[in-house]
Amino acid sequence: MSTENFHIESYSQIRNQSVSLNGETIFKSAETEFNAFIKSAYKTLDTQYPKFFKMDQLSKLALIASDILLKTETDKNVALVLSNRASSLDTDRKHQASLQEQEPYASPAVFVYTLPNICLGEISIKNGLLSENSFFIFDTFNAEYLQIYAEHLLSTQKAKKVLCGWVDFDNGKYDAFLYVVAKNGIFAHSKKEINRLYKTE
Amino acid sequence: MTDLKKELKGKIIQQLNLEDVSIEQIADNDPLFGEGLGLDSIDALELIVMLDKDYGIKLADPKEGRKIFESVETMAAYISAHKGA
Repeated sequence: MSTENFHIESYSQIRNQSVSLNGETIFKSAETEFNAFIKSAYKTLDTQYPKFFKMDQLSKLALIASDILLKTETDKNVALVLSNRASSLDTDRKHQASLQEQEPYASPAVFVYTLPNICLGEISIKNGLLSENSFFIFDTFNAEYLQIYAEHLLSTQKAKKVLCGWVDFDNGKYDAFLYVVAKNGIFAHSKKEINRLYKTE
Repeated sequence: MTDLKKELKGKIIQQLNLEDVSIEQIADNDPLFGEGLGLDSIDALELIVMLDKDYGIKLADPKEGRKIFESVETMAAYISAHKGA
């Protein structure tokens, strides 16, 4: 692990029909259905991305959670290291179902999202990033792995900052927790602190 | 032909997830790609699938799509000429 000290600049969460930044709710909705909820969040938070409504649910979740953090970011050397449990399973099922219809027709617009790392591409396009990116699949949120990976990218100068976290969507259930790691910041970049922030409601 | 153009506009909006776009906002000769509706290459593939699935028209050469998908007008003309052919 790196001997340098890194910090968490800011973090975002999307769960239980609300969007928060650094622990403060910035959007809350009565909508229990994800698509209606995230559409409302997109409009209220003034997220500008024409492709938004064409994306799958995982990408919509990741884009909103990241946009809150990257909206004011001027440094473009921000690596992306995201993770989840369900991979792109929700979209994979849609694709599979279309192939099992009586007259099977695969939708190109659905097929292109049958990989979880596509959401990283959407975040990169939205923010003009040409940086390193990786997507990992874990059984549960793995703060230690993300911490080691992010600090390696920073200490080897592969990136100036790293957007890390968890973005999981499956069958209508969603959970996003993203944070920006940098030299300076509000919170310590430690396994304990990452887990504490992740569990903050 | 008018009914077909209206039907096509509805299908384009629904299948390509054009949020906040209504049938009335799409003129028959509006370009579908570029400065018009701003469709992209994945949308072009969706339109090719739509021609096959909904109208039974298979494009032998995908490059044909460039002219066919210029506008709702050109799409409707192509479908009218090739449906059931």
